[in-house]
Amino acid sequence: MKKAIQIDEKDNVATVTSDMEAEETVEVLSPDGEAIGRPEALGPVPFGHKLALVDFERGDRVIKYGEVIGVASRRIGVGEWVHVHNVESATVPTSAYRGE
Amino acid sequence: MTEFWGFERPDGSVGVRNHLLVLTPMDCSYEPARKIAAQVEGAVAVTQHHGCGYDEMVANALIGAGRNPNVAGVLLVGLGCESLTSEILTEGIAPTGKPVETLIIQEEGGTLRTMERGVRILQGMAQDVADLKREPFPLSRLTLAVECGGSDATSGLAANPAVGVAADMLIDEGGTVIFGETQEMTGTQHILARRAFDEETGEAIHAMIGRQEARMRAMGVDSRFMSKGNVDGGLTTIEEKSLGAIRKGGTRPIQGVLENSRAGLDSPSRPGLWLQDGTGWDVPSVTHMVAAGAQVVAFTSGRGSTTGHAIAPVLKVTGNPKTYERMRDNMDVNAGTVLDGSESLRSVGERIFWAVVKVASGRKTKAEALGYQDFIVYSTSRIAERLLGFC
Repeated sequence: MKKAIQIDEKDNVATVTSDMEAEETVEVLSPDGEAIGRPEALGPVPFGHKLALVDFERGDRVIKYGEVIGVASRRIGVGEWVHVHNVESATVPTSAYRGE
Repeated sequence: MTEFWGFERPDGSVGVRNHLLVLTPMDCSYEPARKIAAQVEGAVAVTQHHGCGYDEMVANALIGAGRNPNVAGVLLVGLGCESLTSEILTEGIAPTGKPVETLIIQEEGGTLRTMERGVRILQGMAQDVADLKREPFPLSRLTLAVECGGSDATSGLAANPAVGVAADMLIDEGGTVIFGETQEMTGTQHILARRAFDEETGEAIHAMIGRQEARMRAMGVDSRFMSKGNVDGGLTTIEEKSLGAIRKGGTRPIQGVLENSRAGLDSPSRPGLWLQDGTGWDVPSVTHMVAAGAQVVAFTSGRGSTTGHAIAPVLKVTGNPKTYERMRDNMDVNAGTVLDGSESLRSVGERIFWAVVKVASGRKTKAEALGYQDFIVYSTSRIAERLLGFC
């Protein structure tokens, strides 16, 4: 089974270690190597990108490395690809990366 | 309690190597220095390329290099007309109690006489050094510098978090860790400041990153923006990018900001995690952390850096299993095992911790065994710093 790594136990996103297709199941490993969940990818997620471990409402904080890396700009479901299309930086508007 | 085996110096510091450093105040005297070092076992020659005028930042770095506990003895080789004189360097290094000798080419009467005397001086030092014995010391006497270079998507995912685990373990056993690369911290001021030991340190962190952002703005660069490559690789925000870099320092409280400027080059004053205000360019960053006292370096690289340092052993960690296979001659630790789930981040971190202890006790890193002796001193632009009101 393909893997995703939760880098810090406080994280609510995990990084996938290979390209994921939609509906593929991924095993999420904690920093201690324990399997903490087997979500199904809601859509494709490329290698090195993030997958939601929880449901996010708009404005919810996205946590990686045990710290807030941004806030959800719209609803995100478990297993969904988490990136610039649904997360906003608290420092620089992510919309800048989308060329808006 | 974990111990490492090192060499105690007269000032109480502990070296993990017994380098004889042939130090030149500027590059005019480097050629004979290099040849002297080549003649004597355990000797290494280093220089700097910022000219012979007196630049406090360069002087601080060279003095720090000479003071590093991995250096058992120093031979200064000057030309004779430089403003950054051998006396200035001797004054900085000699208080450590290690032998410091000086040769001035113009006074010795040329290259050949200097080389002959230099080789004889170093030959004697090499014999004396061979008598030194390693003894066990607690990790409270060890300082690890962490650095990254040639990063890829696996750096923030595997190598940096794993080195961070090792950094936390070292600090929990009373050790010291230094991390730098100020420009990599953009967008995380508030996070780093929250981890600061006290309010003053938090303010120093904000000021330090603010200065770097101002330098970048002066060059017409907004350091808070990421490249298309960053975003394509999976980095969503500047916070995420910066956190991936600083994670190699682990998660413990930040004891303070180490000055690395014309005003001085600070060394950690107590154990724990320290932040050095420094360049994002890897070899000079390592050089200035070594000048601040680091005896060992853990260096992460996804794409595969080959670097090693003249004064401190550099342990290289890659999070990319393909890089590890392709560049086994250069990579000491494969952290890429976390990608297929065959090993946890914690377990890789523990391996790195033990590798650091072993290297501190004498085992050579791959870069050392291949004879790598990188050493680059950097200095900020005095003109730019004046115009920005930083000095």
